[in-house]
Formats: sequence, structure tokens, C-alpha cells
Amino acid sequence: MTAVAEAPAASSVVPSFQVTVRLRRFNPESDTEPRWEDHTVTMHGTDRVLDALHKIKWEIDGSLTFRRSCAHGICGSDAMRINGRNRLACKTLLKDLPLDKPITVEPIKGMTVLKDLVVDMDPFFEAYKSIMPFLITSGNEPTRERRQSPEERARYDDTTKCIMCAACTSSCPIYWTDGQYFGPQAIVGAHRFIFDSRDEGAEQRLEILNDRDGVWRCRTTFNCTDACPRGIEVTKAIQEVKRALLFRRV
Amino acid sequence: MPKAPAGTLYRGREGMWSWVAHRVTGVGIFFFLFAHILDTALVRVSPEAYNEVIATYKNPIVGLMEVGLVGAVVFHAFNGLRIVLVDFWSKGPRYQRHMFVAVGVLWVVLMVPFVIRHLSHVFGG
Repeated sequence: MTAVAEAPAASSVVPSFQVTVRLRRFNPESDTEPRWEDHTVTMHGTDRVLDALHKIKWEIDGSLTFRRSCAHGICGSDAMRINGRNRLACKTLLKDLPLDKPITVEPIKGMTVLKDLVVDMDPFFEAYKSIMPFLITSGNEPTRERRQSPEERARYDDTTKCIMCAACTSSCPIYWTDGQYFGPQAIVGAHRFIFDSRDEGAEQRLEILNDRDGVWRCRTTFNCTDACPRGIEVTKAIQEVKRALLFRRV
Repeated sequence: MPKAPAGTLYRGREGMWSWVAHRVTGVGIFFFLFAHILDTALVRVSPEAYNEVIATYKNPIVGLMEVGLVGAVVFHAFNGLRIVLVDFWSKGPRYQRHMFVAVGVLWVVLMVPFVIRHLSHVFGG
């Protein structure tokens, strides 16, 4: 009972404000080209961009289409372009954005838009599959766990954090113009195994990434590093793979 | 005019814009070298024709274009070194933004005295 009584008092402390959200919308059944649509909603200081999208979908226009699952920055479903930069809608607080201007929300670039903010992620996952994102070993299975020192584990710690939201891959200017490029995420996925001391498939993966559309397409624009919601130093990981290829040293 | 307003430009940071500037200056320098090789090769055809062509360069418009050329070469050179460090220095990717600022500072330090001296020649006679 106490908690219920306190809730309205607590929410009245949180400031509320008007937010205009400028959505990039596309309905494949009626539109030939995407169009902009503005909605002004009242939001609170604790709300995220995802909450504003929910409010629009649930209270104004139920046809608004976007992906989201966990809504807590782990599932990687709601990567979108917020004010021109790739962000997770569930990790971007409205109060951190300039609210005097409309907040633009667009689908991520470089992939086919299916509807509104939903894009076709198949090529993205195909690229990830092609670098063999699983442990490759030879010989007999050990009877106990495969041992690894903390230093060996630290070697690839950064790239284990990936949630496959595609914020990095769809921020890459090379990927926008050349969909054949593996993209930053697939290289991050490969890095996680190439530098894992227990894995024996490094040579195979390096060979795949030595391809014309592999790591050498990277022009170090650092958009991927800036976009990653998990703070992975994506460009650094790509550069490590490049150097491993150049000097054959993992 | 497109029927619908186009999507916004991706708001990349220093890394993306340095890459764009590197491309633009690189292509610009390529076209300069193209013209430069042609006009220099002219000396083999006839020294008089060469002198005539070079004389047409001596005007304020080409003088200003030379400022652009030197600016492009200086940026391309220093940013090229930055890219080499990003590629081969293990800490390069972490300090790319600092190195970009260094490129800008070096560019200004070299361009200011050059522009003063160069333009005084171009416009001072």
C-alpha cells in the first residue's frame, strides 16, 4: 500500500516536457518513397526514445512499426538512427537530446527498409555466419574444461560484448555503398574467436577476412566505434585483425 | 527535387570527416598531378610553348588555387601519417581523435606563414 501511495508523488517530481519526434516512415503497400511524419508527445525526464515510440504506437498510430524486445540494451533489436547517429532507442534518454528541435528517428542505413524502422537484417546475419562464430578445435575433447589464463581471456574481452544490433555495420560508409563488405560486426565476431587461445580456427577465419570484401575494405572512419552501444572499440578490433594478417601473429 | 525529403546525412565525427577530406584532397591532388605532368611534358615538345602555358598561370585566380593545392597536400600528408599510425601503432585507434587535432594544428601552423608569403607575392606583384 505504501508503495502505491508514494508512486504519484515520485512521478510528479520528474519533470515532463513536450517532445516532437520526426519519424521516417515507409509503408511498402502504399508508399513509393519514405516520408517524414511529426508527432508531438508529452514525455518525462526519465523516458527514453523507445518510450516516445511506444507512446506514439500505443496512443496515436498503431501502424508504426519498429523492432524491440528486451528494451534494456541487451537484445540488440532497436538500433535506429536517432538525430543522425546510430543508437539503441532503449538506451538513449530524451533529456540528453536537444529538445528544442524535433528528434529525427530513421531506420539504420545500408539495409533494405521493409516497413518504417524495420530493415532486412538477413545480409547482416549471413556475414556473421560466414566467419564461423563458433569454437573450432581438433583432437579429443578434454575431460575437464578448456583452461585459459586471465591474460588470455583479456585478449578478446572487448569483442565478447557484442549484442549484434548492427549499429556498427550500418554506420559504416563502406557498407552503405558496398553491401558485399563483411562489415564491422562480422569482423568483431571473428576477432572474438581469432584471439581466443582455446580456438584453432584462426587461420581459416583470417583467410575468409583476407578476401576482397574482408578487413581491407575498412577505411578507419571510426563511425562503428562511435556507434557501438556496448562501447566496443570496433575499429581497434578490425585493425588487430589486419595486423594479424600482415604479420601472421595472433 | 525529390518527392519526399531525403534521409538525413549520417552525423559522423572526426574519423568520418577526416576520411571524406582525405578522399576529396586525394582526388583533387590527382587531377592537379594530371595537369602538372601534361604541362611539364610540354617542355619536351617546345620550350617556348611551355613558357607560354606557364605564363598563363601567373594570375590571382591560379594564385588562389595554389593556396588550395598546398592546403590539400599538407592535409593529405599529415592525415596520411595519422592513418599509418592508426594502422600500425597498436594504440593508434584509441588516439585517432587526438591525432586528428594534431593534424589540424600542424596544418594551421604551416599554412598561416605560407599564405601570408604566397599571397603577398600573388597580389604584391
